[in-house]
Amino acid sequence: MSRVGWYRLLVVAAAVALLEALCLAGVIDKITMQAPHLIARDFYRIIVSGRMNAAIVKTTTNVLAALGLALGVGLVAGVLLHRTRGLRETLDPLFATYYAVPVFAFYPFFIVAFGLGDLPQILIGFMLGVVAMIVNTLNGLDRVPRVLVKTVRTLKLSPPDAALHVTLPAAGPYIVTGVKLAVAYAFIGVIGSEFILSRGGIGYEIGFAYLNFDNATMYPLILLILLASIAINSLLSWWERRLLARRGLR
Amino acid sequence: MSARWKAWRNAALMIVALVALWELVYLLVGESALASPLATLRYGLRMVTSESFGAHLYDTMRAFAIALLFSVVIGLAVGFWLGFDRLSGDVLEPMIAAVYAIPKLTLYPILLLAFGLGLSAKIAFGVIHGVIPIILFTLAALRNTKPVLLKTGRVLKLSPSQTVRWILFPAAVPEIFTGLRVGFSLTLIGTLLAEMFASQRGLGYLLMTGIGLHNVEQIMAVTVLIVVFAAAVSYLLLHIDHRLHRQALA
Repeated sequence: MSRVGWYRLLVVAAAVALLEALCLAGVIDKITMQAPHLIARDFYRIIVSGRMNAAIVKTTTNVLAALGLALGVGLVAGVLLHRTRGLRETLDPLFATYYAVPVFAFYPFFIVAFGLGDLPQILIGFMLGVVAMIVNTLNGLDRVPRVLVKTVRTLKLSPPDAALHVTLPAAGPYIVTGVKLAVAYAFIGVIGSEFILSRGGIGYEIGFAYLNFDNATMYPLILLILLASIAINSLLSWWERRLLARRGLR
Repeated sequence: MSARWKAWRNAALMIVALVALWELVYLLVGESALASPLATLRYGLRMVTSESFGAHLYDTMRAFAIALLFSVVIGLAVGFWLGFDRLSGDVLEPMIAAVYAIPKLTLYPILLLAFGLGLSAKIAFGVIHGVIPIILFTLAALRNTKPVLLKTGRVLKLSPSQTVRWILFPAAVPEIFTGLRVGFSLTLIGTLLAEMFASQRGLGYLLMTGIGLHNVEQIMAVTVLIVVFAAAVSYLLLHIDHRLHRQALA
């Protein structure tokens, strides 16, 4: 591991040690937070007992549904918008201000419209993710080198061939950025809306544990989400960097 | 046709299209799930002029303003530190970026336990949303200062403080402003989310009581109000942002 990597580990270790010390010394009382070693123990117990498996499966399924929709619709919409200049220019102000609008504010409306099932949560995850995918697909397609576009014309490739062998690979690294953001947003959307109001899932369990002062359940679940999202994000960032490096872009 | 005129025309077209879409969906799903644009406007006007609304708006805006102040001050301070100190930047930047991807709503119970139910928890939640983009953009802005500018400073034998004042800061301003723009939006989102989960006042609270009372008009009116405010301010900031970037290029 590199020196910077070791330092990073050191920072995390120091933070955990500080929390541990503050908890043991009683500066942070038990009702606010449990000591990290107790959180780790409870975390292990919850995973082994399997009592959260239903919630984990539900959340994962909904995240995957939201993600699949966001990636599919985002990619297709990005490709189509790239071809229709007028429509793209008209939609530009929407894309530019989209992430300034609290998408969660639509959640109450979705609940009223579709009921308290999985659909409102999937929709929120989809809405958060899809625009990141569209914008990054457009960005990637804009950056396909002109020489490749000309090569496609010279070789008289059919549109599917051109997309499969030239355009998508060339736009790849930027599309991966979109995928990375869409994954994060699908997570945030689904778990966030579960937390606000729902009938199940990890976000719901965290809210439920909070309302019952059940720190022994709440903190391990928060830890689970932190670990899962950081692991997935790091993996995708690594892939993104590798693709960019292969192009000599970074 | 000037570019500015075109931008305004596109924004206007966008708004007309969205309202038309809204009316269309309303005609499809009906009264119980969705209020028509006209009914929402009428309810909104009544709501805004009602007595209790002022208190809710004041509460949200106060929390938001304080949170924004904290986000900007902390974000700039940390961003400048990490931008100047290469090693700290290398160690902490990916960690901060990873925090950006986690569903922060699940951290809200911890903040509630630490700060108690009320203004300070809302502010803290707004800050953890808003501060990250400000840090990341400031850091990137300082790092990407053109080497030729720094060399010029060395040739002119500027002191470190003069280098910051006359070279680094002016060169970084456009990027830093982009960070502030994103930070503004995210702080607003964070504050509103905090209100949706646990609070007794504010716009987020009005949204949640709307669900409880199945008051579709209230949900729609508050949602539209938030969206219009967020989009309008963000569009204005985007305008300034573009101008700063253009000036930097010129």
